[in-house]
Amino acid sequence: MVVIGAGHAGLAASHFLTERSIDHVVLERGEVANSWRRERWESLRLLTPNWQSRLPGLPYAGADPDGYMTAGEVVELVDRFAAVSRAPVRTGTNVTSVSGVDGGYHVTTSRGEIRCRAVVIASGACNQPAVPRISEAVPASVEQVTPLEYQSPAKLADGGVLVVGASATGVQLASEIRASGRPVTLSVGEHVRLPRTYRGRDILWWMDASGVWDQRYDEVDDLTRARRLPSPQLVGTPERGTLDLNALAAAGVELVGRWAAVRDGRALFSGGLRNVFSLADLKMERLLATFDEWARAHGHDGSPERFAPTRVPASTRLQLDLGSGEIRTVVWATGFRPDYRWLDVPVVDPKGQLRHDGGAVESPGLYALGLPVLRRRKSTFIHGIEDDARDVIAHLAGYLAVRR
Amino acid sequence: MTTVDNGVNVQALLDARKVLAGAPEAAQFTWRASSKWQNGVHSTTTVEKFFGLGQEQAHKSEAVFDADHPEVFAAEDNGITPIEYLLVGLAACLTAGVASVAQNRGIQLRSVESTVEGQHDIRGILGVDSDVRNGFNDIKVTFKIDADASPQDIEALVAQSQKRSAVFDALTNPTNVTVEVA
Ligand SMILES: Cc1cc2nc3c(=O)[nH]c(=O)nc-3n(C[C@H](O)[C@H](O)[C@H](O)COP(=O)(O)OP(=O)(O)OC[C@H]3O[C@@H](n4cnc5c(N)ncnc54)[C@H](O)[C@@H]3O)c2cc1C
Repeated sequence: MVVIGAGHAGLAASHFLTERSIDHVVLERGEVANSWRRERWESLRLLTPNWQSRLPGLPYAGADPDGYMTAGEVVELVDRFAAVSRAPVRTGTNVTSVSGVDGGYHVTTSRGEIRCRAVVIASGACNQPAVPRISEAVPASVEQVTPLEYQSPAKLADGGVLVVGASATGVQLASEIRASGRPVTLSVGEHVRLPRTYRGRDILWWMDASGVWDQRYDEVDDLTRARRLPSPQLVGTPERGTLDLNALAAAGVELVGRWAAVRDGRALFSGGLRNVFSLADLKMERLLATFDEWARAHGHDGSPERFAPTRVPASTRLQLDLGSGEIRTVVWATGFRPDYRWLDVPVVDPKGQLRHDGGAVESPGLYALGLPVLRRRKSTFIHGIEDDARDVIAHLAGYLAVRR
Repeated sequence: MTTVDNGVNVQALLDARKVLAGAPEAAQFTWRASSKWQNGVHSTTTVEKFFGLGQEQAHKSEAVFDADHPEVFAAEDNGITPIEYLLVGLAACLTAGVASVAQNRGIQLRSVESTVEGQHDIRGILGVDSDVRNGFNDIKVTFKIDADASPQDIEALVAQSQKRSAVFDALTNPTNVTVEVA
């Protein structure tokens, strides 16, 4: 049995494999928690509160359940999890190919070959930045940075920054780059607006308590859409402040519509900004209404809170001359995608996503963990791995038992 | 429970969505119009045939549209101004969207009315000031909807209809346009 990747997902798989005494190794190209060591910016904190930073057999035991971990603290957490669960990790072992062979899989690594009956792919959902094709039309005088390379505002050129995308990454980077004194323009497409706290509690407490996180993949109305949902506009800070578009506008960030094209060296933005604001406001209201409903049904005190609509700027720019020097850097906060170039089994769809049913990949004996809404809405989150890994490893154990 | 009927065959649309997900070629449509100059700034444009679902298609009958300019432009006013056709397209598209989304969400509509206003500074097209653009500066659509739904659900209908509107997209996002002489 081979598990690919020693992030929290691969280690959770290992935890449940060990519990079932299934012999396995965890192959990791870098170190344990590699993506938290190498692929996160300096200031990053989790947007999920500490009490949710729990892994199988490792509940949060610290003194600050409502705080948010730094990337360094997540590394410590994942390291501790690897140690406590005695995961058989082989670090520095890059998987370069997995192919199907009679009765199982052939795994080629930078340190040799392995034959095995089953493989769990836990190599992460965010290996590569998803950068749109328009990036190719950006003039060479403008620097382009992805979140995987971005470190801190100080490393950017002086001058204006165009941040593209208003999900968690985009709003967080726009905010800190603006705070460094640089003029920031934020290009906003469809997004998920959330307040940091609601009725005195973390918004993610409500998601948890009301069962939204636990909603299963086979209960979700439109699974394709749910799997493509951008991350919410949330940031974990000691102040527990809300970082929505109103907060950014108040900080002096200029909002423009979705970046649609580059023509004659000019960036052209959509004029549909008002509607993406309405869509996000309406969705947030609907979600808060379900929390109020849940609170009423469960006898919670307090009354509904409502937030000001996203303010539409008096006028928004529809174009911006990329050659004028106004913008020195473009930050592509347009999402991430997995990298399966090493996977020589035909289970990847034309959009680069694995074809799977709740983590059972289309090829027997091949499994996945840590992908968006893999089995539940919480699947990609740290606190979401326990239920998913337990289910997926149970399926895998059943498969091995039948095939013995 | 009464069944909702806005006259939209949502099942057919949902079925088409499923089929086309696996057959992107069939989803490629070409819409066409042919125009002929009459006299002055008056032209006549006809629309009949189009391509879609892998083959040539046609409307039940040919439609003819006259475009001209009003008398204040010193024209004969044989038809509406070309830029007004954009308003016609936008209103019609959003209205169709409202009806479809309402049907899909089980909302019975009683009436849907809208007005569309496009702000246009004609100094652009007249070449008075090269800083003024030729097209609309701003378009405002106001819906009046009577339906079995909360004000919030009605807002959501209108928002979703914009999200799925071809004309809203065509107006708010740039499109490559090639004009050639054959
Ligand atoms: C910017 C950002 C912020 C996030 N914030 C939060 C948050 O606040 N709260 C939360 O719960 N979740 C958050 N997440 C989501 C999620 O927790 C992380 O993405 C997490 O890293 C996923 O864990 P994983 O084990 O699935 O994948 P990863 O941590 O990416 O682990 C995959 C491992 O596989 C290794 N690997 C990949 N390919 C190969 C190969 N071919 N051979 C060998 N090894 C390979 C990688 O080196 C890596 O160590 C965030 C994600 C991102 C990107």
